[in-house]
Amino acid sequence: MSILVDENTKVLVQGITGGFGGKHAQLSLDYGTKIVAGVTPGKGGQTFGKSTPIYDTVEDAAKQSGATVSAIFVPPPFAADAILEAVDAGMDLVIAITEGIPVADMMRVKAAMQGSKTRLIGPNCPGIVTPGRGENSNGGCRIGIAPGYIHKRGNVGVVSRSGTLTYEAVYQLTELGYGQSTCVGIGGDPINGTSHLDVLKMFNDDDETEAIIMIGEIGGNAEAEAARWAAEHCKKPIAGFIAGSTAPPGRRMGHAGAIVGGEEDTAEAKKKILAECGIAVSETPSDMGKTLVAMLK
Amino acid sequence: MNIHEYQAKELFEKFGVPSPNGQVAGTAEEAEAAAKAIGGNDLVIKAQVHAGGRGKGTFKNGFKGGVHFPKTPAEAGELAGKMLGQTLVTHQTGEAGRLVSKVMIAEAADISRELYLAILLDRESSQPVIVVSTEGGMDIEAVAEDTPEKIVRQFIHPLAGLQAFEVRKLAKALELEGAQAKQFSKLIKNLYKLFIDCDCDMVEINPLVVTPTGDVLALDAKFGFDDNALYRHPEIVAMRDTSEEDPREVEASKFDLNYIGLDGNIACLVNGAGLAMATMDIIKHCGGDPANFLDVGGGATKEQVAAAFKIILSDPKVEGILVNIFGGIMQCDIIAEGILSAAAELEITIPLVVRLEGTNVAQGRKLIAESDLAVIPADNLNDAAEKIVAAVKG
Repeated sequence: MSILVDENTKVLVQGITGGFGGKHAQLSLDYGTKIVAGVTPGKGGQTFGKSTPIYDTVEDAAKQSGATVSAIFVPPPFAADAILEAVDAGMDLVIAITEGIPVADMMRVKAAMQGSKTRLIGPNCPGIVTPGRGENSNGGCRIGIAPGYIHKRGNVGVVSRSGTLTYEAVYQLTELGYGQSTCVGIGGDPINGTSHLDVLKMFNDDDETEAIIMIGEIGGNAEAEAARWAAEHCKKPIAGFIAGSTAPPGRRMGHAGAIVGGEEDTAEAKKKILAECGIAVSETPSDMGKTLVAMLK
Repeated sequence: MNIHEYQAKELFEKFGVPSPNGQVAGTAEEAEAAAKAIGGNDLVIKAQVHAGGRGKGTFKNGFKGGVHFPKTPAEAGELAGKMLGQTLVTHQTGEAGRLVSKVMIAEAADISRELYLAILLDRESSQPVIVVSTEGGMDIEAVAEDTPEKIVRQFIHPLAGLQAFEVRKLAKALELEGAQAKQFSKLIKNLYKLFIDCDCDMVEINPLVVTPTGDVLALDAKFGFDDNALYRHPEIVAMRDTSEEDPREVEASKFDLNYIGLDGNIACLVNGAGLAMATMDIIKHCGGDPANFLDVGGGATKEQVAAAFKIILSDPKVEGILVNIFGGIMQCDIIAEGILSAAAELEITIPLVVRLEGTNVAQGRKLIAESDLAVIPADNLNDAAEKIVAAVKG
């Protein structure tokens, strides 16, 4: 098994007719992912690519296509509405790729989602990949914007706030001959749907996942929370990395959530907590793969 | 985004948050007229810059203090003349200081009690939190450290909004009763509305004062706005004062680039915020010193890459450049084209290490290899960092 999605998962894309959404929907189709429908209000009845039907509403798209997961590529002013539409349509999983959603919108979305069955990943995230078994990991489930070919099917779970750092870790693992069960980008915003801890718990319960790489950065206490849980409950080896040792305090480093506020959310403080919780902390971003492999030997 | 004190006061007036009577002035004459209009002989005049520590600051012309207490309009005009057009250096501005182009003149309020009031977005609970303390007028971090029981937090449900009982709890925590509690109740409701309507991520009033006549007033305010929400607040964007910002950061923002200047000599150009931070970290780890944070974003164009190079090279401290791209959204061949066109235009003479990986990597590497540019290619992140550090150390 993998977590959250596998090669049979049916996915719809909200914002499939936009340049960004369309490009990545096509890359996912090329990867072998079951992109079964698109949603763009006012463009229902049209077709994306060769044969992917487009609907006006998520409800219609889900009913007609059987999709259980939605990927959101709509621009920031409309993203909160798009997420709530997917929740209303009863999707199991909503993955919001959109970067730049006002944080107040996300606060309201999160409150409105209380009690629903939907899990949200993101926003401002690279998405999720469960690699396939084909060449260049083809045939898997790629939702979002990650380069598919760097993946390889295997037993390491990867969770990260940052897209490009996820690719870095995945690529290092693949080069070392270690494949991945599922790679999850939870996003760089201060308010997100799924935390490091949520994903660690899923990896811990997943038979296929044998080891984990957890990547974090400055700001907030999500990594510390996950590490403290792992020290008590996680049965599997974890390697970690925290970006932002050289970030000046009080400045927002690109990600809206990446800001050092107090002493607890510096990179050094987080690394210390991770290490105390039994996580092997990689000194540099170039050694994430090696650090995990060293634990497995 | 930050705003000036006088702009914060304008927002307070618009939303009905009481603050001392005051006006902004751009010349000595305006300052004198403002002081006359405000009346009385207990006035305060403050230099308007985006930095703390104004009172203890020194102007480059030798004049001491960015905050003074004139007794007459003429004195207010005279003080304004000594501050306007001059550069104020405080412990927060760095040596360069900040040019003062406006001053604010206000009534110097008599103070019986100093309180603390802030509204913040709490990321852990994903809701707004109102923070109050009876220990206003001092460093709140120190209060939290020494006497944590004197800080009271009230979380607000984002969909229900601020409730009357929550206001009553906060008033009680601040030991406000009767008419003062009523005044506070109106103030906090209006402040919460301001916080929500303007998409703030922080409003801090320190101190919130109670005057001897029993009025509750916001004496000083610090605002933070959610950059992601600025698109729906042209009135807030209009308050931006780019003269308060690093010119390189202002230039970068024109091209939608995320740039933050640092003090080192190795510039970096990276896609993705996490990788950009990690690249700075590994430069440091290898014995170098990063000159900047620069995230060119996911879908950068050739023009953005060229603009990024120009900004990097405008920093005279920069002695080497590390380009680190892991293309997901970003295509390596686009980056390569951007590097080549920037190099052709800018005549880069300092070492340039390029590490490309990800989407269209083969095409990207080929473009670089076939050019006559003196690029040092790198195989991986560690290799790239070691090579640029070695090249800069010569």
